[in-house]
Amino acid sequence: MTKEYKTITEIAGPLIFLEKTEPVGYGELVHINLPDGTTKRGQVLDTSADIVAVQVFEGTGGLNEESGVVFTGETIKLPVSKDMLGRILSGSGEPLDGGPRIVPEDRVDVNGASMNPYSRKPPEDFIQTGISTIDGTNTLVRGQKLPIFSGSGLPHNEIALQIARQAKVPGSTEDFAVVFAAMGITNEEAQYFMQDFEKTGALERAVVFLNLADDPAVERIITPRLALTAAEYLAYEHDMHVLVILTDITNYCEALRQMGAAREEVPGRRGYPGYMYTDLASLYERAGVIKGRKGSVTQFSILTMPGDDITHPIPDLSGYITEGQIVVSRELHRKGIYPPINVLPSLSRLMNSGIGDGKTRDDHKAVSDQMYAGYAEGRDLRGLVAIVGKEALSERDQRILEFADLFENRFVRQGRDEDRNIEDTLNVAWDILSELPEALLTRVDNKYIEKYHPAHKSN
Amino acid sequence: MKGEIYRVAGPVVTITGIKPKMYDVVHVGHEGLMGEVIRIKGDKATVQVYEDTSGIKPGEPVVNTGMSLSVELGPGLLESIYDGIQRPLKVLQEKMGDFIERGVTANGLDREKNWEFKPVLSAGDSVKGGEIIGVVQETENIEHKIMVPPTVSGTVEEIKSGKFKVDETICTLTNGAEISMMQKWPVRKPRPVNKKFIPNRPLITGQRILDGLFPVAKGGTAAIPGPFGSGKTVTQQQLAKWSDTDIVVYIGCGERGNEMADVLNEFPELQDPKTGRPLMERTVLIANTSNMPVAAREASVYTGITIAEYYRDMGYDVSLMADSSSRWAEAMREISSRLEEMPGEEGYPAYLSARLSEFYERAGVVRSLGGEEGSITVIGAVSPPGGDFSEPVTQNTLRIVKVFWALDAKLAQRRHFPSINWLTSYSLYTQGLSDWFTENVAPDWVPLRDNAMDLLQQESELQEIVQLVGSDALPEDQQLILEICRMIREYFLQQNAFHPVDTYCPFDKQYKLLKAISKYSDMAQAALENGVPMKDILSLGSKDELAKIKFEEDFDGALNTVLTKMDKEFAALGGN
Ligand SMILES: Nc1ncnc2c1ncn2[C@@H]1O[C@H](COP(=O)(O)OP(=O)(O)O)[C@@H](O)[C@H]1O
Ligand SMILES: [Mg+2]
Repeated sequence: MTKEYKTITEIAGPLIFLEKTEPVGYGELVHINLPDGTTKRGQVLDTSADIVAVQVFEGTGGLNEESGVVFTGETIKLPVSKDMLGRILSGSGEPLDGGPRIVPEDRVDVNGASMNPYSRKPPEDFIQTGISTIDGTNTLVRGQKLPIFSGSGLPHNEIALQIARQAKVPGSTEDFAVVFAAMGITNEEAQYFMQDFEKTGALERAVVFLNLADDPAVERIITPRLALTAAEYLAYEHDMHVLVILTDITNYCEALRQMGAAREEVPGRRGYPGYMYTDLASLYERAGVIKGRKGSVTQFSILTMPGDDITHPIPDLSGYITEGQIVVSRELHRKGIYPPINVLPSLSRLMNSGIGDGKTRDDHKAVSDQMYAGYAEGRDLRGLVAIVGKEALSERDQRILEFADLFENRFVRQGRDEDRNIEDTLNVAWDILSELPEALLTRVDNKYIEKYHPAHKSN
Repeated sequence: MKGEIYRVAGPVVTITGIKPKMYDVVHVGHEGLMGEVIRIKGDKATVQVYEDTSGIKPGEPVVNTGMSLSVELGPGLLESIYDGIQRPLKVLQEKMGDFIERGVTANGLDREKNWEFKPVLSAGDSVKGGEIIGVVQETENIEHKIMVPPTVSGTVEEIKSGKFKVDETICTLTNGAEISMMQKWPVRKPRPVNKKFIPNRPLITGQRILDGLFPVAKGGTAAIPGPFGSGKTVTQQQLAKWSDTDIVVYIGCGERGNEMADVLNEFPELQDPKTGRPLMERTVLIANTSNMPVAAREASVYTGITIAEYYRDMGYDVSLMADSSSRWAEAMREISSRLEEMPGEEGYPAYLSARLSEFYERAGVVRSLGGEEGSITVIGAVSPPGGDFSEPVTQNTLRIVKVFWALDAKLAQRRHFPSINWLTSYSLYTQGLSDWFTENVAPDWVPLRDNAMDLLQQESELQEIVQLVGSDALPEDQQLILEICRMIREYFLQQNAFHPVDTYCPFDKQYKLLKAISKYSDMAQAALENGVPMKDILSLGSKDELAKIKFEEDFDGALNTVLTKMDKEFAALGGN
């Protein structure tokens, strides 16, 4: 079982190849003992009677043909326990906080089996984040996977932290936890998160996995899997509502690309592996609610779009899998608006199940649709005004143009610590909608106009 | 004869020691994971495995079943939800809990359940392949026709009546053939038919832009390409809900688990507009979501279309939705690249286009071997990377299908739903279905529709001018066109899938709605010619009210009120 092989024939990038082994299982965890006494870990990628290929998580630096290879006979497992809460672990699951090793209640395969679609319960519990552009127009629900699509230098970390601080299910007192996994972010960024977690006391309810920019890229491939395994364990074995923040998905995908290149695979679009969709799905789909179980896994991950390009394969494939996206806009950021969320390309696919009478408010959907329509048209008109001038606009169009400004300044803009409840959010919405002529409110049923429109409500 | 595993690389396993045929189903490893032979070279064969291969080692045993990947066909398909290789997800849950473990087999059809079989033939009758020998009431409204398998024929020696399990013999032929209510069919082989016809009846979907502007025929083919979030899934689900077909096969191919959970949740609650029965009773679901094994995803579309063919052969109109065909194509690509095949365009295998056309060819209106007329309408969602329609899957699909519903991210962003672009979409059935519409909807439906299309075309040209000079610079009659088009877009084309009333719009209502807009247009034009100021025409209360009548439970009542008001208001303007 613990036989050590010294039959490495080739080392290439993060891969090693070796010969003349006993039969080795696909996906098995491998220990590599270096001549200097250190040990690295890896995983079997290809196994045949003649040759075995292993990807080495900590990188192949320092390896040579003298290194010994031990096959552990099992796939990668994470020791899990409720005591993980409050702990800071490395990207491969080792304690970084000087604390003891986790005493496992169980050891779980990090790849996680796929959830049977028949067992899923459609997510429908409204999570109030206190941010109007999310709660009002792109509502998050428990069990959803809703990433932030951002760009470098934009305040996505602030937004994620504000959400982690403020998120709650109104009226619920159930157990919650945060699982945070850093993948290739800088030490400084990681500090920023950690400090906020400490300051707000969130750390006690959190499990943190850190793979930083100077940690091996290959390790990034397992970091999110460890995080999700921990999250599923807390959710489904300990009935907790877990919010998972993975950052940055882009770094994860770069690591995938690097691995693919090392394996000399035929690259797909822009050099990313052809199986990247399937691979990302194996992460994102690990969110949800299961019938008959109390806990849930909600994912709110961060992805920086290379070149702010939403059609780049990383955001593109993500958007095809996740249940929407919150898009952070450089243009709004330059205008000094926080949070600079552009609602137009943003979407929450599960919004309809989480809002309405008995959940948020009966007029929610109509109000949201009306604001989208008005803001979209207003932004188009801005383009037109730049060419023909404001005077060439009809009276109607001028009002819509003004609405777009109101929307950005009153609905989108809010303070970094401003926690608006859903009533506040919808009331702001009505305040600005009431600046439009009533005949333009074609998306709103008359009964809601009578009930909520400031001009009618007061009578 | 037993073979063994030589190599494992993800879902692709190389075996040696046995000589299988192409597409034979084999069981690999100690756990007997199911796979299919996809290449044979020398003494080795390559197998795509439908389950996770972690931990599987070279040297483990391999057993060949000698059979091709097949589905079980018989009563009990309806209301089921299967994975890509027809394992019932409900049974998998019972056997292994909420997460899908591997190595579990499960029959497509329940072996324990008894079904009441009523023969329609008697001893001495002769039967040919595909002929109906009896019926089973499968759900309240669907009578399941038990057919002789296509390859069997002879004279009936004995035929039973009463309650039987699907694998019990209910009929024997004098040549010794034993027939049960269940038959198996290899999924990659189309079920044979007697004759194919040109589709000439529309699939009524209750979706205004589809029925009204770009109809698909029963037995036809349509594609819905669009970037993420543009409405592919909602459109497919709307079609599954409201189309006037007998049977729906819905394939969730490499997409989200929650979307399938949603269907499972909703369909038992929603009513089929035709029969008033729960929609689930006419539906078969195939769910091989994005996190389920990729080889089974490749198989899922074949599993689905074979089940569709089986109901078609009974004489039913079947519609099949595949969401998304791109994920199927990607599964092919993934397997192909593991086989180190020579890649074609964007890494897809060179046979991509052939596979796509073979699949869509399985649609059609047919006379079955048993003499029944049935149809399969195939509607495929396409997910082009970056929303760029020039990519291989979209392009190869468009070469085959007859209807193109082009989703447009710009429309989706402003919440114009369904965000189907009316300028770039097309239906090649429009002409062929005109007679049907004239006869069954209204004599003036076709000109009404053509006129609306024509106006929308003009609008796009006028918009270009507006972009340069502003709308106030246009002459009044052209401003009116812009306004009418806005009404067509907002009042008619926009349709909210989540509104209890608007989600489904019967054809009669579609006609009246468009007719009302046209009436306003005619009266407005006349008023304008009589010198009524544009501003007054545009500010009529009845025009704004027209915007909301599609949401009314009592549509006809609301419409009459608005039309009466419109008459009065125009009369008051003094134009007419
Ligand atoms: N006909 C419609 N009516 C109302 N909303 C729609 C409609 N079509 C799409 N949507 C909205 O757009 C979102 C994305 O649609 P979806 O079909 O999931 O997109 P895709 O499958 O193309 O990614 C939905 O969650 C819904 O909010
Ligand atoms: Mg979709």
